Amino acid sequence: MDRHRPALTLARRVSLSAAAVFFAVFFLWPISTVIARGVFVDGALDLSPLTKLLSNSGLRRIIVFTFLQASISTLGALVLGVPGAYAFSRIAFRGRAAVLAILTLPFVLPTVVVGSAFVALLGENGPLGGLHLNGSLAAIVLAQICFNYAVVVRSVGSQWAHIDHSAVNASRTLGAGPARTWLRVTLPSIKSSIVSSALIVFLFCFTSFGLILILGGPRTSTIETEIYRATMQSLDLRTAAALSILQILVVGGVILGGMRFGRVDGRSPRWRPSQTGLLKLNNKRALALTLNLLVVALLVGAPLGVLVVRSFTDSGGLGLSWYRSLGQLGSTGLAETPLKALSNSLTFAAVATLIAVPLGLIIALAVTVKSGRSRSARVMEGAVMLPLGVSAVTLGLGYLLTLDTPPLDLRTSWWLIPIAQAIVATPFVVRIAVPIIASTDQRLRDAAALLGARPSRVWRSVDLPVIRSAIATGAGFAFAISLGEFGATAFIVRPDTTTLPIAIYRLLGRPGEANFGAAMASAVLLMGATAAILLLLDRDSLGSRS
Amino acid sequence: MTLSLRNLSVSYGDVVAISGVDLEIKQGTTLTVLGASGSGKSTLLRAVAGLEPSCGEILWGDESLHRLPTHRRGVGFVFQDHALFPQRNVLENVRFGLETPRYNRIDAAKRASALLDRVGLAGFEERHTHELSGGELQRVALARALAPAPRVLLLDEPYGALDRELRERLMLDVREILHESGVTVIHVTHDHDEAFALGEQVAILDAGRISQCAPPSEVWANPCDLRTARFLGHTSSLHAKRISAGSSSELNLATALGDFAIPHENGNTHGSFDAEYWVTWRPESLRAVSLRAEPQKGETQKGETPRQSERTSLRISGTTIECLFRHGEYLLSLETAAGRVEGISTESVSRGQRLDLDLNLSEVHAYVS
Repeated sequence: MDRHRPALTLARRVSLSAAAVFFAVFFLWPISTVIARGVFVDGALDLSPLTKLLSNSGLRRIIVFTFLQASISTLGALVLGVPGAYAFSRIAFRGRAAVLAILTLPFVLPTVVVGSAFVALLGENGPLGGLHLNGSLAAIVLAQICFNYAVVVRSVGSQWAHIDHSAVNASRTLGAGPARTWLRVTLPSIKSSIVSSALIVFLFCFTSFGLILILGGPRTSTIETEIYRATMQSLDLRTAAALSILQILVVGGVILGGMRFGRVDGRSPRWRPSQTGLLKLNNKRALALTLNLLVVALLVGAPLGVLVVRSFTDSGGLGLSWYRSLGQLGSTGLAETPLKALSNSLTFAAVATLIAVPLGLIIALAVTVKSGRSRSARVMEGAVMLPLGVSAVTLGLGYLLTLDTPPLDLRTSWWLIPIAQAIVATPFVVRIAVPIIASTDQRLRDAAALLGARPSRVWRSVDLPVIRSAIATGAGFAFAISLGEFGATAFIVRPDTTTLPIAIYRLLGRPGEANFGAAMASAVLLMGATAAILLLLDRDSLGSRS
Repeated sequence: MTLSLRNLSVSYGDVVAISGVDLEIKQGTTLTVLGASGSGKSTLLRAVAGLEPSCGEILWGDESLHRLPTHRRGVGFVFQDHALFPQRNVLENVRFGLETPRYNRIDAAKRASALLDRVGLAGFEERHTHELSGGELQRVALARALAPAPRVLLLDEPYGALDRELRERLMLDVREILHESGVTVIHVTHDHDEAFALGEQVAILDAGRISQCAPPSEVWANPCDLRTARFLGHTSSLHAKRISAGSSSELNLATALGDFAIPHENGNTHGSFDAEYWVTWRPESLRAVSLRAEPQKGETQKGETPRQSERTSLRISGTTIECLFRHGEYLLSLETAAGRVEGISTESVSRGQRLDLDLNLSEVHAYVS
C-alpha cells in the first residue's frame, strides 16, 4: 500500500501545480489588476477613485440603493421563506417533492430567465403591466425574492426537519405554550440556518447583476450595473475598478462577519428532506400549507407561467411563430441568430465543464486526502473559494483589463468565455465534490482489502463509484452554471460569439414585438436546457446513491 | 497450526496503543480479548489484519503474515458496525471476496447463498443493506467475512451495537457457525459475559498489554494481578501484611479485620515476611449471616490464637451504607473497621443497620502491593 504513495503524491503535486497556475493566471492576476487600477494612478498610490465613491452624489446614491434593495429583498425572502420552510419541511402532504422542485426552479435557472419572466409578468402588455412596476424597486425586490426564496426554504427547512423534536415535546410537558415553545426552543435551534441563509441571500442580492440590468430602470443602478455602465459606456475604468474594490470589501466583510454566526455556505445543492417525523395534516396545518402554496404559485408559478405562455402567444393567438423566428436575424440587431447563440452557449458550457470538473476534482481530492492535509491543499481550498467573494462582473472587468493585451491576448479568442465560466463554476464543483468524496468510508476500503481485494480493486470498488457520482453531479452543475452565466460573459463576449443569455438581454432591450417574442422563446429554450441538465443530473445522482 | 503474535506493538507517535503482545491461538479455537474501552483492543485486531503498521511478528504456523499486505493475509474481519458496501445488495456483498479467478461466477453465487442460508438469511439475496435490521446486517457481515474461507477471523465487538436479547441469540448462533467452519478466531469485547462465554481462551488486555491469558474458568478464579482482579469484579480491597512464612499451602495475613490465612494459590508468595499486600474479593464472597441466626461467639476476637488453618471463613461486622437489589439478591456497601467493602445479603437491609458477614477465604485473593 505504502509503495503506491510516492507516485500518487507526484501525480497530485503535478495536478495541483497546474491548477494553481490556472487560478493564478485566470483569477488572481485579473482581480489584482482591477484592484491595482483602483488604487494606483500612473504607478503612484492614489485613492482618489475610492474617495470619489463617497464624494460624488450620484455614486453615493447608487451605493445606498445597492444596500437598500439587497436589505429589502433579504427581509422579504426571510418573511416568506421561514413559513415556507415550516410548511414544506415539517408537514406531510402529497406532492411535497414536486412543490420543492418547483420552488427551487428559479434558483437553479439563469438569472436572465428569471429576469425575462418578471418582464413578461410586469412589463408592458404583461398581465400585471397596469401596475407600472417595470423598472421600479418593487419589481427588482420581487424578482430577487423569487430567485432566493428557495435558499431560505431549503436551508432553514433542512435544519428544522432535523432538530430534536423531543425537545419541543419536552417544552410542552414543562408547561410552555406553543408560542413560548416556538420562541424558546424551536427558534434558537433554527436560528443559525436563518442567519446563514439571510447572509447568503444578502450577498446574492448585493452582487445581483443580470436581474437588475434587465428589470431595472435609470433610477435603479447598483454597484454591479454601474461597474458595467462605467466600463462599457463611459469607459471610466478607474471608477469601475473602485466600485469593484468596494464590492469585494463588502462581500468579504459579510462573509467574515457571517463566520462568527456559522457557515456561509453558498449554494447547498444536495438537500435531502427528511421523510420521517413529519406532522400529519390537520385544519390549522392545512391552512398554513395552503397559504404557503399560494406564495409559491404567485412568486414562482406566475412569472414562469406567463413567460411560457407569452413565448407561445403572438398577435394571432397561440402559435410557434416566435420559436420559428429564432433561426432568423430579422430586426434583432444581433450578429448571430438566437439559435446560433444557443449552440454557442452549449459549446462554451461543455468546454467550461471540461475545465471546471477536473479542476474541481483535483482540488477536492487534494483537500480530502486524510493523511497529511497539506498546507498547500488548504491554501488551495481557500483560494478556490475566493471567486465566491468576487462578483462575476468584477471578474469580467479583470479579464477586460488583463487578457486583451500581450502577453496573453485572449480577448479575440472565444476561449476566454468558457475559461471565465469555468472559474465561476469551479467553486461549486469543489463544494459538491468535497462532501461526496469525504463521505467515503475508510472501513469500506479496509473491508474490501480484508476480503482479498488488491489496492487497484479497492479503488475501483470503493473509491471510483463515489468519485463517479461526484463527477456526474459536479458536471451537471458546472454545465448549468456556465450555460446561464451572464455577469462575466457580458464583459468579454464578442458579437460573433454571443451566448444565449446575452442575446436574450439584447433582444429585451430592443423595441418591437418580434424581438420581445424572440426573447421570450429564447428564455424558455434556455430554461428547458437548464432544467433538462438538472433532471439528468438528478437521475444520475439518484442512481449512484441507492 | 497455530496463530502466534510475538511481541506485537503499535504506537502512534509517542502514544503506545499496544505493546509487547504475545499470544498463541490454536487452529479452530477462539480467543476472546477482554479489555476496557481504550485498552487497545481494536488496534490489536487492526494490527493482525494489517490495517495498522506494527512491530513484532505474526505467524501462521511457520509462515509470517506480518509483511504481507492486508489483502493477502487470508484474514477475515467483522466490524462492530458491519461496514457493508452500500452500493451492493446482500448477495453481492457476500460474493465480494469470491470475485477472484479462483471461483467462477456460479460457484461464487452458490457459496454465497449457502453462507446466507447458514447465517439464517436465506432469501435475502436481493435485499439492499438499508432494508436490514442491525442483527441481520451483522449476519451478512459474518457471511461476507467467512465467504473467502479465511484462516483467521477477527471479530471487533460484533454484538456491541445490538440489544441484549438479540445479542445473546446471535452469540450462540455465531459460536456454532464458527465452530463448524473450523476458523481460528480472535474476538475482542469489553463485555465480561461475552468474553467468558465465547472464548476457549480469555486474554485480558490492560492499557495495551496482555496481563493474563488462560482458559475462562482459570482467569475468572485467579486474576493474575490487582488491576486484573479489580477489572474482573473484585470490588473490595483491604490492606494486609504478611505475618509468617507459615505452611507452604497458606498465606498468613494480618488486616484491620483480623488475622487469617488464605490458600497459597490465591496469592503470590513472593512477598517476604512483613510484606504489604492487598486483599481482594468479589461481593459474592462476603455473605451476610442470616439475621435470625445466633451470632457465633468469639471467632473474630483478638488475643485468641485459633487454629487458623482450619478456618475457611472470616466473620466481619459492618454498618450498611447502601443496599441495592441485583440479580435476585441484595448488593451491600458496608463501612467496616478496614474501610468500605461490598458484600451480598439474601434479605433487604436498611441503611445504618449493623450486621455480621462471613468472608469465604477460599475465594479471597492477595496481591503484593
